[in-house]
Amino acid sequence: MSKRDVKERIQDFLEVDEGISENNAVLEATRCMECVRPNCVKGCPVNIDIPGFISAVAEKNFRKAADIIKSDNMLPAICGRVCPQENQCEGKCVLGVKEKPVRIGALERFVADWERKNGIQKPDIAKPTGKRVAVVGSGPAGITAAAELARSGHSVTIFESLHAPGGVLTYGIPSFRLPKEIVKAEIDEVLSLGVELKLNHIVGRSIPVDDLLSYDAVFLGTGAGLPSFMGIEGENLNGVYSANEFLTRVNLMHADSFPDYDTPVLRGGKVAVVGGGNVAMDSARVARRMGAEVFLIYRRREEDLPAREAEIANAVEEGINFYCCANPTRIIGGPAVTGIECVKMNMKSPDESGRPQPVPIEGEEAKFIIEADVVIEAIGQSPNPLLISLIDALKKGERGNVIVDENGMTSIPHVFAGGDIATGAATVIEAMGTAKKATAAINEILK
Amino acid sequence: MAYKVEKASEIAENIFEYWINAPHVSKNAQAGQFVVIRIDEKGERIPLTISAAKGDLVRIVFMGVGKTTKYLSTLKSGDYVLDIAGPLGHPSEIKKWGNCVLIGGGVGIACLPILAKALKSAGNHVTGIIGSRNEKLLLLEDELKEDCDELVICTDDGSKGFHGFPADILKKKLEETNIDCVWIIGPAIMMKITSMATIPSKTKTFVSLNPIMVDGTGMCGSCRVTIGGETKFACVDGPEFDAHLVDWDELMSRQRIYPAQEKESLENFQEHQCRCGEHHHE
Ligand SMILES: Cc1cc2nc3c(=O)[nH]c(=O)nc-3n(C[C@H](O)[C@H](O)[C@H](O)COP(=O)(O)OP(=O)(O)OC[C@H]3O[C@@H](n4cnc5c(N)ncnc54)[C@H](O)[C@@H]3O)c2cc1C
Ligand SMILES: Cc1cc2nc3c(=O)[nH]c(=O)nc-3n(C[C@H](O)[C@H](O)[C@H](O)COP(=O)(O)OP(=O)(O)OC[C@H]3O[C@@H](n4cnc5c(N)ncnc54)[C@H](O)[C@@H]3O)c2cc1C
Ligand code: SF4
Ligand code: SF4
Ligand code: FES
Repeated sequence: MSKRDVKERIQDFLEVDEGISENNAVLEATRCMECVRPNCVKGCPVNIDIPGFISAVAEKNFRKAADIIKSDNMLPAICGRVCPQENQCEGKCVLGVKEKPVRIGALERFVADWERKNGIQKPDIAKPTGKRVAVVGSGPAGITAAAELARSGHSVTIFESLHAPGGVLTYGIPSFRLPKEIVKAEIDEVLSLGVELKLNHIVGRSIPVDDLLSYDAVFLGTGAGLPSFMGIEGENLNGVYSANEFLTRVNLMHADSFPDYDTPVLRGGKVAVVGGGNVAMDSARVARRMGAEVFLIYRRREEDLPAREAEIANAVEEGINFYCCANPTRIIGGPAVTGIECVKMNMKSPDESGRPQPVPIEGEEAKFIIEADVVIEAIGQSPNPLLISLIDALKKGERGNVIVDENGMTSIPHVFAGGDIATGAATVIEAMGTAKKATAAINEILK
Repeated sequence: MAYKVEKASEIAENIFEYWINAPHVSKNAQAGQFVVIRIDEKGERIPLTISAAKGDLVRIVFMGVGKTTKYLSTLKSGDYVLDIAGPLGHPSEIKKWGNCVLIGGGVGIACLPILAKALKSAGNHVTGIIGSRNEKLLLLEDELKEDCDELVICTDDGSKGFHGFPADILKKKLEETNIDCVWIIGPAIMMKITSMATIPSKTKTFVSLNPIMVDGTGMCGSCRVTIGGETKFACVDGPEFDAHLVDWDELMSRQRIYPAQEKESLENFQEHQCRCGEHHHE
């Protein structure tokens, strides 16, 4: 894997990680011991046959490798890039105990990129069943569900409220981590199976709930799009963004190319980002690329940062300033932001998640102010309430999620849900995994 | 897929009425809702209220204020916009209130026809009050005369109708008769001032808030407004709210986040238009 030089890459939105060469891929593949009981597979939420595809890479049979991956994962070029491999497949690889784990993600990405360059093979499609299925949302959950359902011969329509498909892959994750051509290629592949995509259709509004429920089956993949705000003083000052807004303005609306594109965004000389997950890293690195000095404020310790390891390392290299063990108490300014006041945090014994509980340190000395003209809050998203609040019969959980059984079935028997709307904010691969389960169950009820 | 502007016309000075072919919007549109439009690939998403819906067509009425609305105003019948999403937002609270007064200021007048129709069919007595700076900026008078039981016209300069503001008429009406519900739609400052008239009598008063939006579906929080001390997203929790609970100063401040960029964008556009214009003459 080669990464582009820091000085160069913070000037643009091109991909940071350039992937591995064919030779290195084959070499890396030969490191795999092809374990009989492979731990790595257990670590992958969709249980890809990892030793199987890696051995095909070692044999330079990349087509076969692609086929193996794709029987479990429709979007390998994406997952190879964005999966938190250190907590999933690679985290479980036996080689990781003594030396470095096999770089499964990089290999998966290599295979997917190879296939895209060398022509994607169309999967077989079953005979038309005459059943109509509606898929709501075109994020990874919706795309996966649509592909699986189309392959099973159903007539599938995806409804997407935005003007572009992809969900978070399009409006959230920046192109320097996930180039938009790749998202487009993967979506085009799904559409080539005969799936109909209706953009600008807000289900619940453009498509009344009764019309939705009149489909033979429904898959809800509406995601966790509702941004949380901290609820502190000064939050509605000009220059305070949710990460969703900031990233949408840049990734979806191209505000980085203003005024060539019409949507503006405040670039900020100094930008403070609050949070420590992937969303916070992405916001920080986008702001950096638009020329800002960036401060990232996180309430726990550096080792607790929940973002992907690789992206934390990239953010550090790109000169993001980290303030760990600190939490904002108020945003200062009027009408525009001028700074953010924080309090230093002490770590108490770990909570259920195993991470230490941060508690604010008392007294004025524990407070400090960071000057900033833009503040970006990346403290979490909850399930999108727009549609599910309009479907009365749908059972919802405390966190605003749709309650589903182990097959993804909701409290309405022909309505299924998967991805962040069911699990709460999670990962791309988990969204795909839950969508696959749900589509298997949909196939059962449509038999 | 793009959406065809079936009929484009200028109905008052710098105010345009477009009928756009968008069945997914028109078939489900209700009073109080809006659309988000993006003209082309590089365009911004802008919210515009649904002024009427008929068959496959939805009507928007807008004023040319900045780059996007001025660019939009150059389209002609038969042209296309790339995206139109909707209907968005909660519909107005339509029920039998009794005596309703609907007030439109400036281009906000455009929001009244669909609302007046809905309220009348719910059995209300509807009085419309429309106001603008002068006669040239008045719109939809004839239509509103049909839709309302009574229509009062005001102009700031007295060039037509009552010489003064809709608030003056509203105050008079509040003294004369029993009013059960009021809608006020127009520029923020006009809504703020006009809605003060109904505070003493505690008359239920709705306003339609117009903060800066991006998606219009509750995903970004750009449109957040403070209502009774609580943060709400105008695009999904509104756009209509109880006028007496709105933090007006915050709304007006948040409408001015990007003055420099708006200026730059408009100048760029106008310069480009001039250059293109010259080419035509060559
Ligand atoms: C900035 C950011 C970075 C991330 N980085 C990573 C990462 O590195 N690795 C990783 O694994 N995960 C990452 N995630 C998480 C991951 O992106 C999500 O878990 C995943 O996208 C969830 O997929 P989904 O299909 O459930 O929902 P989404 O991707 O949210 O898609 C939902 C779609 O539904 C549409 N929709 C909603 N309501 C309606 C409606 N009523 N009608 C029509 N359409 C509707 C939305 O517009 C949206 O397009 C990141 C998330 C963010 C925000
Ligand atoms: C729910 C709602 C309904 C609306 N209905 C109508 C309508 O029916 N007719 C009409 O003429 N106008 C309406 N507006 C206002 C309209 O959206 C703005 O005039 C338009 O976005 C201006 O864009 P511009 O590029 O032409 O101007 P700009 O120069 O970009 O901006 C001029 C002013 O318009 C406002 N504005 C700019 N961008 C946005 C945005 N993305 N969202 C909201 N406001 C913005 C700002 O306050 C700004 O100061 C509505 C606004 C909202 C929120
Ligand atoms: S999908 Fe993700 S977790 Fe599974 S093998 Fe690929 S990179 Fe690893
Ligand atoms: S655990 Fe590691 S070595 Fe074993 S099969 Fe998986 S990738 Fe190969
Ligand atoms: S416009 Fe994005 S949440 Fe309202």
